[in-house]
Amino acid sequence: MSLLRIRNLSVDFATASGKFRAVDGVDQDVNTGEILAIVGESGSGKSVSMLAMMGLLPWTATVTADEMSFDGHDLLTIGKRERRRVVGKDLAMIFQEPMSSLNPCFTVGWQIKETLRVHLGLSRKACHARAVELFEQVGIPDPERRLSAFPHQMSGGMNQRVMIAMAIACKPKLLIADEPTTALDVTIQAQILDLLTSLRDDNGMGLVLITHDMGVVAETAERVSVQYAGQKIEEQPVLPLFQSPHHPYTAALLDALPERATEKHLPTIPGMVPGQFDRPAGCLFSPRCKYANSKCKAEQPAPQGPELGHARCFYPLNTDERIAS
Amino acid sequence: MSATPVMTAEALQRHYEVSGGLLRKPNILKAVGGVDFALYPGKTLAVVGESGCGKSTLARLVTMIEEPTSGSLTLDGKPVLPSDWASLRKSVQIVFQDPYGSLNPRQRIGQILQEPLIINRPEISKQDREAKAREILSLVGLRPEHYDRYPHMFSGGQRQRVAIARALMLDPKVLVLDEPVSALDLSIQSSVLNLLVDLQERMQLAYLFISHDLSVVRHVADEVIVMYLGRAVEKGSKEDLFEAPQHPYTNALLSATPQADPANKKRQIKLKGELPSPLAVPEGCPFAPRCWKTQDKCRTHRPELGITPHTAACFFPENSDG
Repeated sequence: MSLLRIRNLSVDFATASGKFRAVDGVDQDVNTGEILAIVGESGSGKSVSMLAMMGLLPWTATVTADEMSFDGHDLLTIGKRERRRVVGKDLAMIFQEPMSSLNPCFTVGWQIKETLRVHLGLSRKACHARAVELFEQVGIPDPERRLSAFPHQMSGGMNQRVMIAMAIACKPKLLIADEPTTALDVTIQAQILDLLTSLRDDNGMGLVLITHDMGVVAETAERVSVQYAGQKIEEQPVLPLFQSPHHPYTAALLDALPERATEKHLPTIPGMVPGQFDRPAGCLFSPRCKYANSKCKAEQPAPQGPELGHARCFYPLNTDERIAS
Repeated sequence: MSATPVMTAEALQRHYEVSGGLLRKPNILKAVGGVDFALYPGKTLAVVGESGCGKSTLARLVTMIEEPTSGSLTLDGKPVLPSDWASLRKSVQIVFQDPYGSLNPRQRIGQILQEPLIINRPEISKQDREAKAREILSLVGLRPEHYDRYPHMFSGGQRQRVAIARALMLDPKVLVLDEPVSALDLSIQSSVLNLLVDLQERMQLAYLFISHDLSVVRHVADEVIVMYLGRAVEKGSKEDLFEAPQHPYTNALLSATPQADPANKKRQIKLKGELPSPLAVPEGCPFAPRCWKTQDKCRTHRPELGITPHTAACFFPENSDG
């Protein structure tokens, strides 16, 4: 059985101008020891679906799902107290902005020891020893001294390492990394991604990597789920996704990469991601899709089978018929 | 290159004094410590480097927002002096990274576009000004009805188009693009890059393209300068630099940039440590503490850029022919 199982998850936000559906019928499985990447542009609901699972959304959000379970816990009916015992221990998250996610009023040592004290009930001495060990594990030089530093005294890369150390403090079974390297330079990004992969190898945890960077996906992930406007539109292992994408959006996104360009002009995707008021009735991508016909504009396509990457499309690309024609 | 450069910079430096305390002697922070370059019409010079390498300070020097501490800048063959800034600034315009912060939310698009003309060309009549604004608006791919809208009604990509349009209002010769697409989503990024390519061909603009994203630089640039701690460590044409990088830092940067090709598992050079504080730039080669080829000479002597078209500031360059 998979570690995390989500079926038909939807999240609605109550806004001043009415209901806004940020996540729309998403299914997701994560197994122990695998790296799943969730890619999508801003507003595609990739962070919101994971925040919903963690129970971190504000009261304006309504979360509905057929099933949402993690390691034997039913996350839909779980009580507040019990959730606090799971979240941060077995289920941990790294946020995008290390600078604003750490508390500026406390030393990073205090913040990491708090996790250890609350979840594992370690003594002061044991907490300290474990904190030093964690800092060493994530590659922070001179850990004894760094424990008493405040977040503003360290660089972004170091703070991100602190966030990772905190997230893995209790050896989580599932780690969710929400754009862990977006704010960092490429050389630091490479270090952090290496670190996350090696932690997965050592601890055998599941890793969900939320990102918009196709390069990071290609180099790190094993399975990729592509989201668009709140829906999961395709899911494939990383190699076939890059070689033969089935959904037109995935294909267009890959074509738009500057490094794949063969001429001075890049292929573009016309239009923009639908917002609250211009959500199409049919396929959400139909207004921008070059293959769309009247059926696409009228009906919502259901996901295809796994052989077609669960693509939410009536006319998936790179099928045997399409290649033949 | 036979064409005459529209802008040249020689040994451009900018230092800041950073106070160490009330009675202490201020420290000198060399944000830009000696950069040479030339911008040609219709060509793109890209400046790449990690945060804190001085690339944005360079943009501020070129756009005459700040005065260089030393070194010289020429525009159209004439030296750029602070006394002439007001008239010269018209020829050098800038597009900032964040299209959300760089447009005044209280002004309509039309007003935003007209403002440069109101300030710099007060002799132009109102009708001409409006006509010009509408013309530029269509040039950057926005529709006439957008003229009376406010910035909040636009998406990030459209705002960046407005920012580009505003920069074009004064018919500049040089356009400084400070991370123009890094705040945009992938599908929007490509259309803005296309727009920049079109505009350059049409108006023969010289671009100074500042970015940390090597895959974008590889697409748009003609010449590339790699900066590290305020100094140019390698420069050359795009082909040379990407095909046969000489400086170890350029190599590391290239290998650290993720490639969207899962089948291609390349050898990764892993840099240890982080950028040193720009207040304590190592003596000798600034990259020596993180470099895997460091020898004693690197720690004591500072390598300089050569004079060949493709050159690296390194004693032991890679991929060099001689």
